[in-house]
Amino acid sequence: MATVFQKPKSLSDAPLHYCPGCPHGIIHRLVAEAIDELGIEGKTIGVAPVGCAVMAYDYFTVDMIEAAHGRAPATATGIKRCRPENIVFTYQGDGDLASIGMAETVHAAARNENITVIFVNNAIYGMTGGQMAPTSLPGQVTQTSPYGRDVNHCGWPIKVCEMLSTLEGPEYITRVAVNNVKNVLNAKKAIKKAFQNQMEGKGFSLVEVVSACPTNWGMTPQKALQWVESDMLPYYPIGVYKDRSAAKEEAK
Amino acid sequence: MAQRVLMKGNEAIAEAAIRAGCRHYFGYPITPQTEIAAYMAKKMPKIGGVFLQAESEIASINMVYGAAAAGMRVMTSSSSPGISLKSEGLSYIAGSDVPALVVNVQRGGPGLGGIQPSQSDYFQATKGGGHGDYRMIVLAPASVQEMASLTIKGFELADKYLMTSMILADGTIGQMMEPITFEDTEVKTYEKPWALTGTNGQRKHNVVNSLYLKPDELEQKNIARYERYKVVEENEAMWEEYMMEDAEYCVVAFGIASRVAKNAVVAARKEGIKVGLIRPITLWPFPKKALAKAAEQVKGFVCVELNMGQMIEDVRLYTQCKKPVSLCSRCGGMIPSPEEVLESIRKAQKGEF
Repeated sequence: MATVFQKPKSLSDAPLHYCPGCPHGIIHRLVAEAIDELGIEGKTIGVAPVGCAVMAYDYFTVDMIEAAHGRAPATATGIKRCRPENIVFTYQGDGDLASIGMAETVHAAARNENITVIFVNNAIYGMTGGQMAPTSLPGQVTQTSPYGRDVNHCGWPIKVCEMLSTLEGPEYITRVAVNNVKNVLNAKKAIKKAFQNQMEGKGFSLVEVVSACPTNWGMTPQKALQWVESDMLPYYPIGVYKDRSAAKEEAK
Repeated sequence: MAQRVLMKGNEAIAEAAIRAGCRHYFGYPITPQTEIAAYMAKKMPKIGGVFLQAESEIASINMVYGAAAAGMRVMTSSSSPGISLKSEGLSYIAGSDVPALVVNVQRGGPGLGGIQPSQSDYFQATKGGGHGDYRMIVLAPASVQEMASLTIKGFELADKYLMTSMILADGTIGQMMEPITFEDTEVKTYEKPWALTGTNGQRKHNVVNSLYLKPDELEQKNIARYERYKVVEENEAMWEEYMMEDAEYCVVAFGIASRVAKNAVVAARKEGIKVGLIRPITLWPFPKKALAKAAEQVKGFVCVELNMGQMIEDVRLYTQCKKPVSLCSRCGGMIPSPEEVLESIRKAQKGEF
């Protein structure tokens, strides 16, 4: 019988621990498919974050390291500078990348470090049980903003792509979403391009994936995906924020 | 051929690291260790190595973590406040069982403290500055020559036991110049089958990790690590004994303080006081055997340190408080004169501890 659909080689058989309805499974799959299609499984090294994806080292079949909270871009830098022939990626959440690890993120981008960063933004700290994230929306109710995020008290959510795209350094900064089939397909293209860029030595590529957290948002999975469309994407618009090579092509 | 050169202590560390096969250095500027980074910045690009100035001490130690996991001989250097920032990474490196070399050219603390020499990070280095059950091999050079030789030794021990070796120096040895000899001895290297290299489709994936959510598994990991530490304690303690054969009193001092103490011992001998010196070269593992033996021999100990009294706790512990121990110390960047140490020795002879 012909196989028409199967698990990517770069994903292991370990059962994912994510909550029902969590898009991490989809995003893992997109990363693994990109690695498979580019034929780089044997030379890829992944860096897992602290957060919901902390056990990603069990889910990918490539060599993996577990970084300290927020430090994945620094750890990835250490690996890539030692083994430039390998493909190095980080997989990080919003608390990890945009709060505690902001310095590491900005400086890895500024150095145009030749790594691939998958940034999952679901506007909440999932693993610790739903606290306010650097990307929680104004008015968003979380465990630590029980009356809704008050921007006068704790400031505004950070738009990572917009901010990083002001830097000279990075090669490719883009935001995608995984709330419907069309967006998932586009997310796949962006992730693959982010790995391809690294293979071609172009430098720092970051794909922000706007995701959902039904459990900590207190919504059904379906309602959560609708909330991505109605509330998240107006604040975090999908789009390519920087693509140096494409811009150069256009200039020609 | 052996090479005789005049060098600053900090530069000796950098040159020795390169000779030990270190080709990756990640650091962040801080006084009084900056010459190490400057040396690396100059040399590494010429020999196919990597020098990278990180955005912070935190980033630099995590770059070290990544490079160590990738199987490289890698180092960073800093001074006291910077080591506090690196402590999180040191804990992860310990929990992941990867080897690294970290240099602390100590300055006075706490807080921003000062920039003058100190030995006040003894507790932090030997008892663990980061969280969790772990140890580092702590090497305390007392000369520019030892800055070099212990750096090479540190890399070897780190690779052998899969742990961090820390060079616990101070601003004086870091900044002073002495003639040293680089011998042409072969540096030991070790296989690293656990390293992140990419599977190349040839093996199951390697994982470098310090997370164990199952408590029994974490306990077993820690127990196994401490079994390894036991071997280190049994085999790797280093110390120097000076005029201890007939000693009735014993001065204990490490690093630059031992240089002052040695002068005081010589002066005391001229006064007819039978005193000797034990100089721990490894602070962890502590030279327990030497202290235990001395406790049976001498009438009392004088501990000389550039802090408010830190190593003295280990001296009391490993002599099992069998004999009195007095403290002769200065801190904040002040260094005791040989005369001050001599006075403490005289007092010990009079039974004043």
